[in-house]
Amino acid sequence: MNRFAALLDRLAYEPGRNNKLRLLEAYFREVGDPDRGYALAALTGALSFKHAKPGLIRDLIMERTDPVLFALSYDYVGDLSETVALMWPKVGVTHDESFPGYPPHQPSPAREEGAQRSPGQSKSKLPSSEISRNGRSALSIPSPLAGEGQGGRYRGLDARDALRPRNHNNPPPPTLTEVVTTLRTLGKTELPRRLARWLDELDETGRWALLKLVTGAMRIGISARLAKAAAANLGNKDPHEVELIWPGLSPPYSDLFAWLEGRGDKPVNLDPAPFRPVMLAHAIEDADFAALDPTDYIAEWKWDGIRVQAVAGRDTRGHVQVRLYSRTGEDITGGFPDLAPSLHLPGAIDGELLVVRAGRVQSFNVLQQRLNRKAVSPKLLKDFPMHLRAYDLLADDDNDLRELPFAERRAKLEAFVKKLDDSRIDLSPTIAFDSWEGLRTARADPAGAGADAEAVEGVMLKRRDAPYLPGRPKGQWWKWKRDPHIIDAVLMYAQRGHGKRSSFYSDYTFGVWTSGEDGEQLVPVGKAYFGFTDDELLQIDRFVRRNTTEKFGPVRHVVHEPGQGLVLEVAFEGLQRSTRHKSGIAMRFPRINRLRWDKPPRDADRLETLEKLLKEDAAKNLVTSDSH
Amino acid sequence: MAAGRVRPDNPSRTAYIRQMRPQDILIPTPAGLCCKPGNFHIDPVRPVERAVITHGHSDHARAGHGAVLATQETLDIMRLRYGDNFAGSTQAIRYGEEIKLGDVTVKFHPAGHVLGSAQIAVSCKDTCIVASGDYKDARDPTCAPLEIVPCDVFITEATFGLPVFRHGNAANEVKKLLASATLFPERAHLVGAYSLGKAQRVIALIREAGYDAPIFLHGAMEKITRYYENKGIALGELKPVRGMKKADLAGTITLAPPTATSDIWTRRFPDPVTAFASGWMRVRARARQGGIELPLVISDHADWDGLTATIAATGAGEIWVTHGQEDALVHWCRTRGLAAQPLDLVGYGDEEESEMPGEGDDA
Repeated sequence: MNRFAALLDRLAYEPGRNNKLRLLEAYFREVGDPDRGYALAALTGALSFKHAKPGLIRDLIMERTDPVLFALSYDYVGDLSETVALMWPKVGVTHDESFPGYPPHQPSPAREEGAQRSPGQSKSKLPSSEISRNGRSALSIPSPLAGEGQGGRYRGLDARDALRPRNHNNPPPPTLTEVVTTLRTLGKTELPRRLARWLDELDETGRWALLKLVTGAMRIGISARLAKAAAANLGNKDPHEVELIWPGLSPPYSDLFAWLEGRGDKPVNLDPAPFRPVMLAHAIEDADFAALDPTDYIAEWKWDGIRVQAVAGRDTRGHVQVRLYSRTGEDITGGFPDLAPSLHLPGAIDGELLVVRAGRVQSFNVLQQRLNRKAVSPKLLKDFPMHLRAYDLLADDDNDLRELPFAERRAKLEAFVKKLDDSRIDLSPTIAFDSWEGLRTARADPAGAGADAEAVEGVMLKRRDAPYLPGRPKGQWWKWKRDPHIIDAVLMYAQRGHGKRSSFYSDYTFGVWTSGEDGEQLVPVGKAYFGFTDDELLQIDRFVRRNTTEKFGPVRHVVHEPGQGLVLEVAFEGLQRSTRHKSGIAMRFPRINRLRWDKPPRDADRLETLEKLLKEDAAKNLVTSDSH
Repeated sequence: MAAGRVRPDNPSRTAYIRQMRPQDILIPTPAGLCCKPGNFHIDPVRPVERAVITHGHSDHARAGHGAVLATQETLDIMRLRYGDNFAGSTQAIRYGEEIKLGDVTVKFHPAGHVLGSAQIAVSCKDTCIVASGDYKDARDPTCAPLEIVPCDVFITEATFGLPVFRHGNAANEVKKLLASATLFPERAHLVGAYSLGKAQRVIALIREAGYDAPIFLHGAMEKITRYYENKGIALGELKPVRGMKKADLAGTITLAPPTATSDIWTRRFPDPVTAFASGWMRVRARARQGGIELPLVISDHADWDGLTATIAATGAGEIWVTHGQEDALVHWCRTRGLAAQPLDLVGYGDEEESEMPGEGDDA
């Protein structure tokens, strides 16, 4: 458990994707089965046990610490699990053990270090337990369960655990396997005692990780896909291969690791509704069109929703199993119980998840209400009904269609959707065009898409003869996004970036003018940290350093006066009301489009411009107005 | 916690008090802790006539005093930092040596904080007060270990005076650093560390862990580190980072002042991993705030267990708590039946605070 905790700890601070992969891969290489398998399960969200409530954790620490000290500590740290992990009293190791000199080579786990006494002074020697245990009983009683789990059961190779010196009074810290398998079966009443025992046995980082695990709050910026990719690296396999067999696997994935390490056959995916790696499009540039023949392509609207793969298949008993996958292969079925029953025929649809009310597709802002939710209330189901707009068919019953040209798949899709005959699933219409100029006109005015125009974010071009290929194959699919909104805003604050950018001011808060109590003033409307070139980053960084008016921790206030400052051309996809921002507005996908060195800040845009844009959007979304 | 603060005394009351009270020996003043019967200040923050100094960190050891009494190492460090004329006159004192100053005797004892650091025992008649300065009870191969000095009043720092601060074994933190250097041989590892004490201790710990490649130094580290070496502390092969080619810094470890690890200076390193050696790294929000990728919990201050154990071990019945998280430590002392008060002193601990990366810049 301590080794897994050390991994989580390091991952939590590491900003780079490739570095995260390296850390994960090193862990999988170093740690044996079944611990690494349970680690993979924890990272991919595949563990299932009843989570402990924060109240339970609080009770445990209250029994063991002075309430004033706990309150002061919690106030300082700000996170319950972390506070408890850090201040959990040590058991069984006494401070005086290390007096008067230093211990030999292997330190005690608690404290290797000590101070020397003034010669001849012993009057002040206190009972050791009083020092090490805040007001609890002086004796450390080894748990009667101490030896459990070491007999017949395989303990895994949690390397650091194995190397830890052990005081015979101290039971060894639990392995990740022990924690996970115990939590699965442990009754509610036994949990506090067991948790307390583990907390006694683990180190600070181990306790932190354990508490995050049992409370189900393990947010460390690792996607399931990244964890699987790291496992794939172990055997130099394509992550897609792991993704394909993943739904048929279960923790601790010994068969997967055996295959990856060349010790076993490739596991077979027996899932009746497996995920298939998705095909992605390239962004098209104006220069690309010259080489493309319009007759080779079919055009569709690009929907501003969530790409999803909806799969239905018959299990061994003949029942239809339905799964919705995100474009990265994560199973998101649980969040959409209203849509799943509509997929009553075996097949695999590639399409867009949208909210449709009264026959109209709602904007992405509305759709967001349904995303990333574990539980969906009846009210949410009613107010935000889900819809699938289908644009490709990867499988029809048992037949894999991915080798077929797109035009043929499209024909089969049309037939399939018709056969489904469900109001929640419809076909994404194609756009008739005979020249790129014609398509450009349609894209500029998507009213051709009928009442759904506001959910269109551009057009898609798909080669008629393209098979369905995983990844982003060149020249097959193109996305041609609608032009973004553009405003000129003034740089107000800059903050240093992370990782490679930690020496650069690369996160920018920008504002627009508004009339305030003190006359004209800038109000922040957004934050952007990409869109610029490396060279532009250097230029802005230099500007920030030379024009700082105030420093606030890692944040710099940059000069922003009517006649002095830097104007940034900011591109963004849409606006939303927000109570979190002083301006009352939040931007979607803002990025720095251009640096306007030529423009004085006084000529930058005003808040009214954004307000107007917001009103226009709201007018288009009349139906949605009740939701905010 | 306002009740019972040790405040400047009212002289009219002293007349009828027969026994020497601790406040009559040492009293906080705006210039620092003042010993009236001995006519000196301990670690004064303003220029004074006679200063007794615990250790060389610049929040404790300032230039411009008339006469300075300190260990030879502390005097040397002050000279390195402030130049030859940092004080009117100086006097060196050894650990265990006793000096009579006015009506009091002063004795220096190792504080285990940095090279030359001392606790100062001030005795007058039957009363002994120990001003411990900054101290730690953890092992440090670069300085003399903390000595427990029995006393009546113990003045303790409280930098890490909350039970969440437990520094653990520094050797394990260094192992973390070396494991990272092995895993990412194409990247440079930058370790932010305070240039007096922390940096040398981290280097010594790296050597103890068996790492024998050259360790690189930021320019601001060189003088003090060479001084440590001259004092016989073996630190292995050290090289200035100045003039190195970027590619040649792959797989290396460099020690730098914390402010440097997040600034333009780092652009000379290939894809640097930013580490920071500090007790503050125990708290995740603190580490994240500084943009640290590899927090190393290594401190030159006592952690909570160290503070409480040391307080208990001195046998003092009265504890004065200064610079840091006084509230928690005062509370703890009182639950132990010890008379405890926060001490009104300002100007300490600022230096290490300002050394947090992200808070200073362009250094």
